[in-house]
Amino acid sequence: MEETKYDFDVVRWFSIMAVVYLVVGTLVGTFIASQLAWPFLNFDIAELTFGRLRPLHTNAVIFAFGGCTLFATAFYSVQRTGSTSLWSPKMAWFTFWGWNLIIVAAVITLPLGITQSKEYAELEWPIDLAIAVVWLSFGLNFIMTVAKRKTSHIYVSNWFFMGMFVMITYLHVVNSLAIPVSLFKSYSIFSGVQDAMIQWWWGHNAVGFYLTAGFLGIMYYFVPKQANRPVFSYRLSVLHFWALMFGYVWLGAHHLQYTALPDWTGSIGAAVSLAMIIPSWGGAINGMMTLSGAWDKLREDYILRFMIMSLAFYAMSTFEGPVMSAKSVNALSHYTDWTVGHVHSGALGWVAMVSAGALYHMVEKLWGTKMYSATLVNVHFWTSTIGTVIYITAMWVSGIMQGLMWRDYDEFGTLTYTFAESVAAMHPYYAMRAIGGMIFWLGGAIMLYNVIMTIRQASAQRSSTAAAATA
Amino acid sequence: MADKIHSTKLQDKAERNVFVMFVLLLVLLSVGGLVEIVPLFYLDDTMEHNRHPEIVWQGNVAKEDRKDLSTWKPGDGIRPYTALEQAGRDVYIREGCYLCHSQQIRPFRDEAERYGHYSLASESMYDHPFQWGSKRTGPDLARVGGKYSDEWHVQHLLAPRSVVPESVMPNYPWLMENTVDGKQLKKNLEGLRMIGVPYTDADIAAAAEVDGKSEMEALVAYLQVLGTMANLKEGVDYRE
Repeated sequence: MEETKYDFDVVRWFSIMAVVYLVVGTLVGTFIASQLAWPFLNFDIAELTFGRLRPLHTNAVIFAFGGCTLFATAFYSVQRTGSTSLWSPKMAWFTFWGWNLIIVAAVITLPLGITQSKEYAELEWPIDLAIAVVWLSFGLNFIMTVAKRKTSHIYVSNWFFMGMFVMITYLHVVNSLAIPVSLFKSYSIFSGVQDAMIQWWWGHNAVGFYLTAGFLGIMYYFVPKQANRPVFSYRLSVLHFWALMFGYVWLGAHHLQYTALPDWTGSIGAAVSLAMIIPSWGGAINGMMTLSGAWDKLREDYILRFMIMSLAFYAMSTFEGPVMSAKSVNALSHYTDWTVGHVHSGALGWVAMVSAGALYHMVEKLWGTKMYSATLVNVHFWTSTIGTVIYITAMWVSGIMQGLMWRDYDEFGTLTYTFAESVAAMHPYYAMRAIGGMIFWLGGAIMLYNVIMTIRQASAQRSSTAAAATA
Repeated sequence: MADKIHSTKLQDKAERNVFVMFVLLLVLLSVGGLVEIVPLFYLDDTMEHNRHPEIVWQGNVAKEDRKDLSTWKPGDGIRPYTALEQAGRDVYIREGCYLCHSQQIRPFRDEAERYGHYSLASESMYDHPFQWGSKRTGPDLARVGGKYSDEWHVQHLLAPRSVVPESVMPNYPWLMENTVDGKQLKKNLEGLRMIGVPYTDADIAAAAEVDGKSEMEALVAYLQVLGTMANLKEGVDYRE
C-alpha cells in the first residue's frame, strides 16, 4: 500500500493550507488594488492602509501560498521520484508548524508597521531567524531524502528544488543582515547603493529561484505525470537547468538601471537578462512539448489545461522581462505599473496556475478520488485565465501611459502633464485591475470549495467501504 | 540501463550523488553575487565623494574631531540624519511610503525638470536601509525637501485630497497623536552608530529632546531635509 511507503499526511496539510493562503493572499491583493482606485477604502485606519497591507499581500502570496505549495509538491515528488519515504517525517511536521507560525507572525506584525522595508523581505529580525531555521529544516530533510532514494539517478524536478534551496539560503542570510535595536526594529547593516544592490539581488532571485526554479521543479514532475508522458528532452533539461542556475543570479542589477548604481553593474544585469530568454524558454518548451502527441488531452483534462496555460504565461513573461531590462525600455517602464503587470503575469499566470494544476493533481492522488466537480475545475481555469489577462492588460496600458505622460513635452518645450494628472489618468485602469483581481480571487475561492468537497467525498467513500467491509 | 551515461561524466556524477550536486550548486550560485556586489564595497568609482569630497560634510574628519550635527548648515554636505529626522524616517519606513514613492532621480531631462538633479550614491551613504523605492504611484521624493512649506506637508499628510484632488494617498491622522519615544530613539541611533553612521555622543543625546514630539513633526522634518544636504553644482558631472 502507498500509505505505508510514503509520508503523505504532512503533504496533505501543506496542500490544504496552500489553497487557503491562495484565497487569503489574493483577497488582500484585491483589497489594496481597490484602494488605489478608491482611496476611501483606507478608512483612516493605520493597519488597513495600502503601505502596510501591500507587504502583507506579497508575503501572503509568495511565502504563505507559494511556500506551502513548494513544500507540498517538493515533499510529495521527492518521495515518489526516489521511491522512498521522507528522511524525517517529524522534521517535515516541524517545517509545517514552523512555517505556518511564521505566517501568523507576518499577519500580525506587517499591519502594525513592523517592517525592515526591504521588498519581499519585510519581516523583522526575530521572524527572519525563524525563517532561516525552518527553511534549513526543509532543505536538510529534502536533501537527505534524495540521498536515501532507491533510484539510481536524481530526477530533474529535484535538481530545481535543490537549486532553489541553496540560492534562497544565500539570499535570505545576506539580505537580512541587520542590527537589532529592539525586538521589533532593526537596521540593515548595509546602506545606500550597496544595500540597494543586495536587496535587488535578493528581490529578483526570490522571483528567479523561489518562484521560477521551485515552480519549474513542480512543472517537471507534475506535467509529465498528468500528461502521462515522459519529459520531452533530457538534454534540454540539463542545459537549461545549469544555464538558469548560473544566469539568474546576475539579473538583480536590472532593477537599478539609471540609478546611482554604477553603470557597469546595471549593464551586466541587462546583458545577462537578455541571454536568459534562452534557458527560460528551454524550460517552457520542454514542458509544452511533453504534450506532443497528446494535445487532445487538453480537451478533457482541465488540470492539464492549468499546467499548459501556465507555461504559456511563463514563456510570455520570461520574454517580457528581458525586454524590460533593456535600458531604453527600462527608462520608460521603470517606476510604472508595467512592472506590476509583469510581476503578475508571472505570479498569476505562471506560479498560481501551475500550482493549481499541481495541487489538483495531488488532491486526487492524496485522497484517492476524483475532484468533486470537474466543471468547477474548468470554471476555475477560465476565471484564472480571464482575471490574469484583464489584470495584465490594464497594467500594460496604465504603465506605458504613465511612462509616456511623465516624459511628454508640449510645443513650447515644457512638460505637458503634472504628476497629479498622470495619477488621475490611471483611475480607469486601477479599477479594471481590481476587477481582474476579483475574478482571479473568485477562481481561488471556487478551488477551495472544490477541494473541501473532494476531501469530504473521499472520507464518505472511505467510511462506506469500511462499513461494507465490516458488514 | 542504470549504468549507462546519457550526458557527461560530471553531470552523471551529480545526478547520482546529491552531495556532488549540492556542492556544484553552492559554487555556481555564488558567482553572480560575488561579481556584482563585492566590488561595490571597494571600487572608488561607486561613491561620488571619492572624487568630489566636498559633497560630504566632515567627510575626511577624524572620528574624535567630528563636530555635532547642530553645527551643520544647509548645503554643508551630506550628513547623518538628526534625531528628529531619523524618527521621521522610521515613520516613513513603518508606513511603507517607499512602496509608492521613489527616492532616486534618474539622469533624464524630464526628471531633472520635475524633481531636480539626478541622485548620487553618496547621498544615501547613511541610509540604513536604502529607500530608493521601485514604484511611483506618487511622485519621487528624493529632493522634496524645501519644495513645500511645513504647513502644506501637515495638511497633505492629514488629508491629501484637500490639497491634491487627484491623489490616491491614504490619510494619516494618527501621525498627529502618536509621539516619538526618546528612549527608543536613542537606542536606534546607537544601533546606527554601531554599523558605521558617524554620530557623536551629543548627536545621540539629542534624542532626549525629541521625546514627546509628534510623529507628524518628525516625518515632516525628514521630508524637508531630503535632497537638500549636498550643494550640487550645475555643470559638474559627478558620475562621469
